[in-house]
Amino acid sequence: MHSETARGAGAPYWSIAGLWLGMRYALPLLPGSAVFGAAFGTVAAQKGLSLTDAALMSAFVFAGASQLVAMEIWKDPLTFGTIATLALVTGVVNMRMLLMGASLRPWLGPLPAAQVYPVLLMNTDASWLISIRHRAEGGSDASVLLGSSIALWIIWVPVTMLGYVAGALIADPRRFGVDLILPMFFVAMLVPLWRGPRHAVPWAVAGFVALLVQALVPGYWFMIAGSLSGAIAGGFIDDRR
Amino acid sequence: MTAGETFPHAPLLAIAGMALMTYGMRVGGFWLMGRVTLTGRARRMLEALPGSVVAAIVLPVMASSGPAAFLAVGAVVLSMFVRRNEFIALGLGLAVAIAVRAAGL
Repeated sequence: MHSETARGAGAPYWSIAGLWLGMRYALPLLPGSAVFGAAFGTVAAQKGLSLTDAALMSAFVFAGASQLVAMEIWKDPLTFGTIATLALVTGVVNMRMLLMGASLRPWLGPLPAAQVYPVLLMNTDASWLISIRHRAEGGSDASVLLGSSIALWIIWVPVTMLGYVAGALIADPRRFGVDLILPMFFVAMLVPLWRGPRHAVPWAVAGFVALLVQALVPGYWFMIAGSLSGAIAGGFIDDRR
Repeated sequence: MTAGETFPHAPLLAIAGMALMTYGMRVGGFWLMGRVTLTGRARRMLEALPGSVVAAIVLPVMASSGPAAFLAVGAVVLSMFVRRNEFIALGLGLAVAIAVRAAGL
């Protein structure tokens, strides 16, 4: 895992070793993910969800940012209008997953659809990033995606319930830097993808646009606007390796 | 049924709606890319995507988290360049964050 970039990695395959490797890659994120899930559980309890509803949402939606945003909209009792809004806003917050799935196509495309699609249903920001990094380092074991997703999911549901029952599990998460674990992890995963400043121009464009949109437009559009701007910028930078 | 009416199992319906929407996003991009042929430009766009998504999520979070976020993330990047170990990098980042916030910045 310390090897430098190996371009043109081989055909995708599944293996038990890859499953464990994916779980190991996900380990550093589990504490942060646990706090995130517990926070969702706490908010869900305050919003009047039952413990079962909160656990079911974590088990089946399994996308923390959208679950937390949904709690802003959730009103007891739920009307049909609220339910439609919940679905719509969840779609917008998770639209970035379209882009992640698209980026996995060149690698996982050759695998049978019946194997890839069920695994994709479990995809998260973290497991996608872990898998992209595995690929960038010359790996092609699709089980890394499955393994990291499973590790995150196994933690996600019980911590939701813990957070629900315990109320605030940590009194002041900011003091311990818990709120920074997610950005720190993401940036740490980005370092191995570094191929010189030329290929980082799209990242800068993405970050700049995201900051701009965040300042001007309410909601979570900044994630989508920034990601797309970065990709478009990348399309206009010629290949020179 | 009118938009304002409530009904039994509404929470389950809401969760199902959120889940189906999310599943659509999870498989939609992968599905679509199997139906269009990639030109060189489209391939370069996809290659720029992972880092762009990270930058678009992380920078706004850092901007709203203050100086501790920038110092902590800076420590993580430095640590990752010296030694590729996420545990060490995250530990160092957390230590910096705790120290900076304890100092009242």
